[in-house]
Amino acid sequence: MKILVCISHVPDTTSKINFTDGDTKFDTNGVQFVINPNDEFGLTRAMWFKEKQGASVDVVNVGGAETEPTLRKALAIGADTAIRVNAEATDGAFVAKQLAKVAQDGGYDLIIAGRESIDYNGGMVPGMLAELIGANFVNTCIGLEVDGSNATATREIDGGKETSTTSLPLVVGGQKGLVEESDLRIPNMRGIMMARKKPLNVVEATDASADSSATKFEKPAPKGAVKLVDAGNLDELVNLLHTEAKVI
Amino acid sequence: MSVLVYTETENGVFKKAAFEVASYAKAVANTLGTTVTAVAFNANSTGDLAAYGADKVLNIKNDQLSDFNAKAYANAIKQAAQKEDAKVVIISSSADSKFLAGLLAIGLNAGYASNVVSAPESASPFTVKRTAFTNKAFSFTEINTDVKLIGLSKNAFGLVEASGAAAEEAFEPSVADSDFGVKTTSVDKATDKVTIADAEVVVSAGRGMKGPENWGMIEELADVLGAATACSKPVSDMGWRPHGEHVGQTGKPVASNLYIAIGISGAIQHLAGINSSKVKVVINNDAEAPFFKAADYGVVGDAFEIVPSLIEKLKQFKAQNA
Ligand SMILES: Cc1cc2nc3c(=O)[nH]c(=O)nc-3n(C[C@H](O)[C@H](O)[C@H](O)COP(=O)(O)OP(=O)(O)OC[C@H]3O[C@@H](n4cnc5c(N)ncnc54)[C@H](O)[C@@H]3O)c2cc1C
Repeated sequence: MKILVCISHVPDTTSKINFTDGDTKFDTNGVQFVINPNDEFGLTRAMWFKEKQGASVDVVNVGGAETEPTLRKALAIGADTAIRVNAEATDGAFVAKQLAKVAQDGGYDLIIAGRESIDYNGGMVPGMLAELIGANFVNTCIGLEVDGSNATATREIDGGKETSTTSLPLVVGGQKGLVEESDLRIPNMRGIMMARKKPLNVVEATDASADSSATKFEKPAPKGAVKLVDAGNLDELVNLLHTEAKVI
Repeated sequence: MSVLVYTETENGVFKKAAFEVASYAKAVANTLGTTVTAVAFNANSTGDLAAYGADKVLNIKNDQLSDFNAKAYANAIKQAAQKEDAKVVIISSSADSKFLAGLLAIGLNAGYASNVVSAPESASPFTVKRTAFTNKAFSFTEINTDVKLIGLSKNAFGLVEASGAAAEEAFEPSVADSDFGVKTTSVDKATDKVTIADAEVVVSAGRGMKGPENWGMIEELADVLGAATACSKPVSDMGWRPHGEHVGQTGKPVASNLYIAIGISGAIQHLAGINSSKVKVVINNDAEAPFFKAADYGVVGDAFEIVPSLIEKLKQFKAQNA
């Protein structure tokens, strides 16, 4: 089985989010970038398929040279080969089209992306990619087994979960649950050394257009101060929620 | 030309989110000077939609489409959009709508903006405001394709009642075998509990509860409020609560009217996921916990004393206001 894991290069979850150039660009100053958490769960599941079922695992990112450390980290975790499509990831549709080309050229059986990246939260790349290449698709995937060309996938639904049978080629939008938090791997020294020697191939972008553009950003209005209610006076809290906040 | 809106049902009955997306569709249609067509699958009755602005409802009655299937539903909605010559298609932020969104966008050659929070800022260029960076910011996004697909954030626009009657029209999209490459074999869903996605009130608890054996009071509080229960990430990682309850940046998003956080410190990853909730209450014994900076109301003290007492007060309140 040939697996492709799509890796988004995103600000660390603790990052302060600021904008520059008249609020038109994300300010990367002082921001640490990491593998998108949803993708990391997918990558770890892919490593399981590699170790238990002899799958090969490639990782891909659409982005500039600055994303290479993130791809190297994925190699250090255990991926075999990394591919970087050399283009600025302008919107989800553009990224999906680039990934579709990589997926088709490489003849992958299973493509694991994240249900969304935590920067722009588009949540569109996996579905678009599946539709572009005519593969089966399961989103918010929290369980995945592959047996030959058949797959069983569990997805999170509102209020529960749902299990489906499907077949390869398959695209999943993954998240926590594909593996547990405790299964995530921190690259060790040997992994990091080996990653330096693994191939990281840069390919040029195919000609594709973006469907949308983020023209401006805005931060939420600052919050007013919290109203503290004395622990001995919870009637007051009930009253505030009823008459002031009008939520009960 | 009309605005098409996908209105979701559960067992043939419209979900609250369906009325919200219909209300939103009406606002968009008004801006564009057109009408709203809703598309639904196997709805028992479509009359209710008129009260939220639908002018026409395409009610697809097809046994093959009795259960949600992302690909088949996307295909049917696509055909409805083409039939209506819709330039704007609107869906909700439910797990199902988000599942079919990417498929539908490609099918319609539509640019897609998800997590949209308000009526379009402008019709030309078509610009919408959406959340980004997991609620740490908003982005104004311009969609430059002919057809636009909008995913509306939950509880962002609200319900707007309208008057009028919606004409129901039978619609029979073609369904292909190739739509069913993914076949659902089992669904595991608590039917007696309100879901985090649909809940008006969410009661959430963290590591401050010390152990799973102490969740009785959390469930009771949720019960009194008709709320869904949720938890912080470590609580689900440790197996105190099911993963489906994990909310935050890497869990489920919450956009309820009221979010009550008990024994949750308010880490940035937690807050990012719940910030769209309208009113936040924190109960924590550490007055320095970061959650107090994000909350509207706070009580400093021991949850093990406050929660039982709050349950009593709420019961009294309910008895008085029943
Ligand atoms: C990549 C990444 C992603 C993450 N994503 C998420 C996410 O999606 N969701 C999420 O929740 N977290 C997430 N986290 C974890 C997050 O950083 C915090 O560790 C977590 O939210 C803390 O959970 P907590 O508030 O339950 O526990 P703690 O931080 O341990 O806080 C417990 C709180 O309970 C209070 N307390 C203790 N006893 C009592 C008592 N008797 N009465 C009242 N209060 C009491 C304490 O004062 C404390 O404030 C993520 C972390 C990372 C690195």
